[in-house]
Amino acid sequence: MTVMTDSAATAADNRRPRRRKPLATRAYKVFRVAALILVVLFLLAPLFWMLLASLKTNVDIYDTGKAFLFSPTIENYANVLQRNNYFVFVINSFWVAFVSTALSIVLGVPAAYAMSRFTMHRSALVVLMARVIPGVSLLVPWYYVFSNLRMVGKFEVLILSHMFVALPLIVYIMMSYFDSLPLELEESAEVDGLTPIGAFRLITLPLSVSGIATAGILSFIFSWNNFMFALVLSGAKTKTLPVAIFDFVSYASIDWGGLMAAATVVTIPIMIIALFTQKYIVSGLTAGATKG
Amino acid sequence: MSVLNPPRSARTRRPGGPAGAGGSFSAWANRHRKWLFAAPAMIFVGVLIVFPLAWTVYLSLTDSQGSVRAATDFIGLQNYITVLSDTERFWPAVGRTLAFTGVALAFEVVLGMGVALLLWRPFRGEKWVRVAILLPLVATPVAVGMMWRLIFDPNIGFVNQLLGMVGIPPQPWLSGQDTALGTTIFMDVWQWTPMVVLILLAGLTSLSDEPDEAARVDGANAFQRFFFITLPLMMPTVIVAILLRGIDALKTFDILYATKGKGGGSFHEVETLNVYAYGLSFDYNQYGLSSAVLILFFMIIIGSMWLLTMRRKAVSK
Repeated sequence: MTVMTDSAATAADNRRPRRRKPLATRAYKVFRVAALILVVLFLLAPLFWMLLASLKTNVDIYDTGKAFLFSPTIENYANVLQRNNYFVFVINSFWVAFVSTALSIVLGVPAAYAMSRFTMHRSALVVLMARVIPGVSLLVPWYYVFSNLRMVGKFEVLILSHMFVALPLIVYIMMSYFDSLPLELEESAEVDGLTPIGAFRLITLPLSVSGIATAGILSFIFSWNNFMFALVLSGAKTKTLPVAIFDFVSYASIDWGGLMAAATVVTIPIMIIALFTQKYIVSGLTAGATKG
Repeated sequence: MSVLNPPRSARTRRPGGPAGAGGSFSAWANRHRKWLFAAPAMIFVGVLIVFPLAWTVYLSLTDSQGSVRAATDFIGLQNYITVLSDTERFWPAVGRTLAFTGVALAFEVVLGMGVALLLWRPFRGEKWVRVAILLPLVATPVAVGMMWRLIFDPNIGFVNQLLGMVGIPPQPWLSGQDTALGTTIFMDVWQWTPMVVLILLAGLTSLSDEPDEAARVDGANAFQRFFFITLPLMMPTVIVAILLRGIDALKTFDILYATKGKGGGSFHEVETLNVYAYGLSFDYNQYGLSSAVLILFFMIIIGSMWLLTMRRKAVSK
């Protein structure tokens, strides 16, 4: 439909090349505003509904007449955070996501650098294979090994499995970042007497801070959101938030208010991070995507 | 700018000889930096992939079940025969996986292209739309699943309330045997269309304006310009988007397991290959059988990726 209103504008253009006919342009503008409002509503309304429900008592949730008019309560949050100990799960999630991201950066950034500089495409493919393999096929052997080592439920195992998500992501993003960095800077530093590793450390790394931030933020988000690995490999003490929420529904009847509070608790931190780091996330998600 | 002025330490430090000279460790490290840098990551991923994959292949040839520690017998291709002749769980799961991926991708690419075109040229309030696009993308899939469970609840859900206002009777949505898969596809579209929008928008912004302008001067209308100029130029980006999103759509697990639980619901109505394999492994401990399913699943993924990459090479020529 966009295209149709726009075509009217073009027809007008042809008759009077210098000036667009205002009416047609206005029609397209109105259409565009309306369409964008619809898109925003579609994307935000469900999240808003979740937030509303988390502030209602279960009685109010069942009362369809009180969809928007109700007296808000923070009882659900108090319940979830205190009685169900969600603070522990929040800290677990932070810890696992933070450590697995940090370790993946340490391993992944030099690797991406070497793969980009020496065009090691086949080596890169090995790392990127991890994106393609279904996680379940790795979980069974991991579970076997780690349960024999009596390590299931320990943070180390959880972090290791989340690194498996983070590392390929970081290598992928950083490779396309290094590809776009001019080689001449390092070469001139080497002419000035720096060793190649010195040039990487003193020239390339400082220039890559924004790329590393991009990769790090995205890997943190993916680790925070990861469900399947933690479902199998976490224990009562190392449970992460997504697993904790999932456990919430195993009760006979769903405590909807509590469930929505729990769901809000897991999404709010990651959304706040996303809001402050918008441009990094977008550049990371689209890294390498537009190269023909 | 920092690009033009390297850090002071870089300019003032002058190591003894030219790069790579001498027999010290640092000289050795510099000469072999290619593998020194790449090897740790590759070994890490290799050990965590190659060994488990080999194990999965081995398990798929055994009757492993019950406990991962239990003794197993080698039974050859029996698991594959069992799986491939299973028309009750396996083949329907294959069908659902392909249907889920195909339908979700179709909606995501078409809607994504539409929204990307809306966002293409600058406008007021752009910031807000970008925020709205980012939030579903970063939301935790399990929480998203729970959120939709409430919204699609047959009795108290917002969707049925809304339909009630226009006189449409309540629908079972997630709990219905025929509607569950479609409802989960809807959730996937909500969460991941933004991803397609971002990729396509990046592609649109990097397009040169000239072909479009030339066509405009030649009198092509917006329809013609989109279908004959913009879309063909965007094809490589569209295929990248399909590739990236397709891999993840095939492997969708979180939303399905969070909303329907074990076995993809009591009638397996949303049981895709990933959910089926997970259930066989960790809900029913049928490791041998699930490994066979996983190997077949993996082959489907590699096959569809290969087809798409071929297609991409063809369009970028």
